[in-house]
Amino acid sequence: MGIRIIKLPDVGEGVAEAEVVEWHVQVGQSVLEDQVLAAVMTDKATVEIPSPVAGKVLALGAEIGGVLAVGAELVRLEVAGEGDSEVAAAPREAVPPAAPTRPVAMPTPEPERAAPSMPVATTRTPAGPPRAAGEKPLASPAVRRRAREVGVDLRQVRGSGPAGRIGHEDLDAFLRGASGPAKAATRGANTDVETVKVIGLRRRIAQKMADAKRRVAHFSYVEEVDVTALEELRASLNARQDTTRLTLMPFLMLALVKAVAAFPDMNALYDDEGETIERHGGVHIGIATQTSAGLMVPVVRHCEARDLWDCAAEVRRLAEAARENRASRAELTGSTITITSLGALGGIVTTPVVNRPEVAIIGVNKQVVRPVWRDSQFVPRTMMNLSSSFDHRVIDGYVAAQFVQRIKALLETPATIFMES
Amino acid sequence: MAELTTKVLVIGGGPGGYVCAIRAGQLGLDVVLVERGGTDGGLGGTCLNVGCIPSKAIIHAAEAYAHAVEQSTTAPFGIRVERPSIDFARTIEWKDGIVGRLTSGVAALLKRHRVRIVQGHATMIDGKTCQVETDTGTDRIRAEHVVLATGSQPAAIPSLPFGGRVISSTEALALTAVPERLVVVGAGYIGLELGTAFAKLGSTVTILEAEDRILPAYDAELVRPVARRLKALGVEVLTATRASGLSESGGAVMVGERAIAADRILVATGRRARIEGFGLERLDLTMNGQVVRIDEHCMTSMRNVWAIGDVTGEPMLAHRAMAQGVVVAEQIAGHRRVFDAQAIPAVCFTDPEIVTVGLSPDEARKSGREVLTASFPLQANGRALSMAAEDGFVRVVARADNHVILGIAAVGAHVSELAGSFALALEMGARLEDIGGTIHAHPTLGEAFHEASLRALGEALHI
Repeated sequence: MGIRIIKLPDVGEGVAEAEVVEWHVQVGQSVLEDQVLAAVMTDKATVEIPSPVAGKVLALGAEIGGVLAVGAELVRLEVAGEGDSEVAAAPREAVPPAAPTRPVAMPTPEPERAAPSMPVATTRTPAGPPRAAGEKPLASPAVRRRAREVGVDLRQVRGSGPAGRIGHEDLDAFLRGASGPAKAATRGANTDVETVKVIGLRRRIAQKMADAKRRVAHFSYVEEVDVTALEELRASLNARQDTTRLTLMPFLMLALVKAVAAFPDMNALYDDEGETIERHGGVHIGIATQTSAGLMVPVVRHCEARDLWDCAAEVRRLAEAARENRASRAELTGSTITITSLGALGGIVTTPVVNRPEVAIIGVNKQVVRPVWRDSQFVPRTMMNLSSSFDHRVIDGYVAAQFVQRIKALLETPATIFMES
Repeated sequence: MAELTTKVLVIGGGPGGYVCAIRAGQLGLDVVLVERGGTDGGLGGTCLNVGCIPSKAIIHAAEAYAHAVEQSTTAPFGIRVERPSIDFARTIEWKDGIVGRLTSGVAALLKRHRVRIVQGHATMIDGKTCQVETDTGTDRIRAEHVVLATGSQPAAIPSLPFGGRVISSTEALALTAVPERLVVVGAGYIGLELGTAFAKLGSTVTILEAEDRILPAYDAELVRPVARRLKALGVEVLTATRASGLSESGGAVMVGERAIAADRILVATGRRARIEGFGLERLDLTMNGQVVRIDEHCMTSMRNVWAIGDVTGEPMLAHRAMAQGVVVAEQIAGHRRVFDAQAIPAVCFTDPEIVTVGLSPDEARKSGREVLTASFPLQANGRALSMAAEDGFVRVVARADNHVILGIAAVGAHVSELAGSFALALEMGARLEDIGGTIHAHPTLGEAFHEASLRALGEALHI
């Protein structure tokens, strides 16, 4: 018998590390060749790693949520025959074989059954009995000062320390809304705290959003657009039975194609470390899509080469793929500008976060029929706001406004979207 | 007339005012501090000039002299000293040197934090403006925030107005010669500290107290070692006694029919908040009797007018004023703060010293709780014995139900240095077990605190 180390394979171009989001095997389990060992998440796609050999699992290289570098030990298998010669010298990652049989510390009933990005939950109830009426809270000067700074009345906080002493952790629990009032609860206060580990897609979104907010100098601009003519056109096109039903999205996409031609800096990637702007000829539009796991941005590539129905069909296909977690890595990367739409939910204004390293994101708000003063009277018009954000480091406010005005002009006179200039 | 505008105007450069100004300067605020100076003040206020510091210097010198005298007579450690004498003028010079070093230190700190100091007498015009009479003319200062830190002054009594032989603690600390016969009116901590010091320096001291015992603010158990020591020093203590005035010649204090001859009569019956003479009445602040009323933020009834220290009443202690000064400066800088000290330690530099923090056993019982209380005598403490200072004890009071400490007190030589650990225990909400579980270095007086806590738990080791 020998030992074979299965390393995390190269799972995609330029991917240096991946996060383990699911284990399909556990220590002690026998696996067959090609049996799936684990699911790992790279930039956005989830990849299943099969076993190249049959054997028995000795150790797992990471806990769920752990990040492994490409080439790091993923699974250690006991195999028939010789095994790896360099095993003895190979540095062990994370979990040694002697560790408890399950590397997953979370007391979920069946960790191996958890879906890739399902949050792993634990519950904790803060200790500490309620204080008697009139009793002064007991807390150190540092705790008292912090409570004062965050505006918490310590009489409301339960102390879990000796003699009900309130510590920093009790204050934390209270601030999370977990700790009940210190008075005897009359309606059975729920003091449960659920700790949800931020892993998988949610972690990637968190990193990406924080990164964007930290690095990009956001400038947002909102303008209202009269889409009455566009809606009439869309209705008449949709009335033709033989074609795919069109939403506003493909019109906006083609308007963008048209607009970026005059504003090449908008369809660009800003490398802030290299201090270069990469203007793209191809217009690859990211479509922000809500999935059950979180936000994904599938990309409609080369919109400049697509027509209205083509765009519509591609948006629909990609959205479905993303929602069903089938979207490939290629379908989730490479956008040069992004559209985000919360229009269906309502809302007057949004402040979209720029999808770094892109420099512009166009947000669509709800359409409403409103009285608009025209000539000498109010007329009902279908109005819609566009809320857009730009990276002000490379896009000046004036230019951003001009760009949005250009899109507005195109949408208000939809024929111009389709005219050769 | 010079016009100044500033963010913060501090009236008074005592421990409250100068600390507030330094902290405000640290926080980047523009600060002007007005200090009127004079024989009973200057930067550092009462504390540095005519209070805590000079009195401690005199007490220390007196103690050293008393030691020398003791060696020359009974020589308990086998040290032989021949006929010691004291050059009191040099003692005073030494004391003034210390005061000078500390006050110039305060001036340097203020300067380093870019506090502008205006020397002169301030008069408030309204809640934002004050006028200062300086050597060079009149300044008018406008400020967003005004901090009143005018302090306190010795209280006079009608039967013995200050003047001539009747002096306050201020003059007592500036005497150029040791008075032959000293009568001290008031057996509070100031009267006892100075009375004891002069007794050691050779004065014949008589102390008069209207209440029926000395240090009426402290419980009898704590005061007993002090009373013993006064007796040993030959100080006559007359309790439940009031002075009716001076004799006709002015050379004696009349107590009923008895005339007690005195070269100096030190009236130390307490201190009064300094609320007059600087235009406070124009601000129409809500008063609390004879002191400025403040809330937990040290805010007066007027917006952006703050008050700290003795002018706000008891306890009139420098460390309280300093803590309030910080709280006010940080609030002006936009932080949320409140003066919420759980314990303000109080120390009497009598012989032996007394330190109290929190509640006494009686006060604790009055709150209706079951309490545990235990003392550890310094007679059982190695360090105390090795310093020939075995009179005294450390006492703790704790709740019986959860052992949270409610009060700590000690009486004994050098116990004032334990004030910090006592206050820390109360601020941290320590239980008897916390003190019992803390290693106290051997041999130190602090072990008595450890042992007292253990004793309250029934676990004392050395008694």
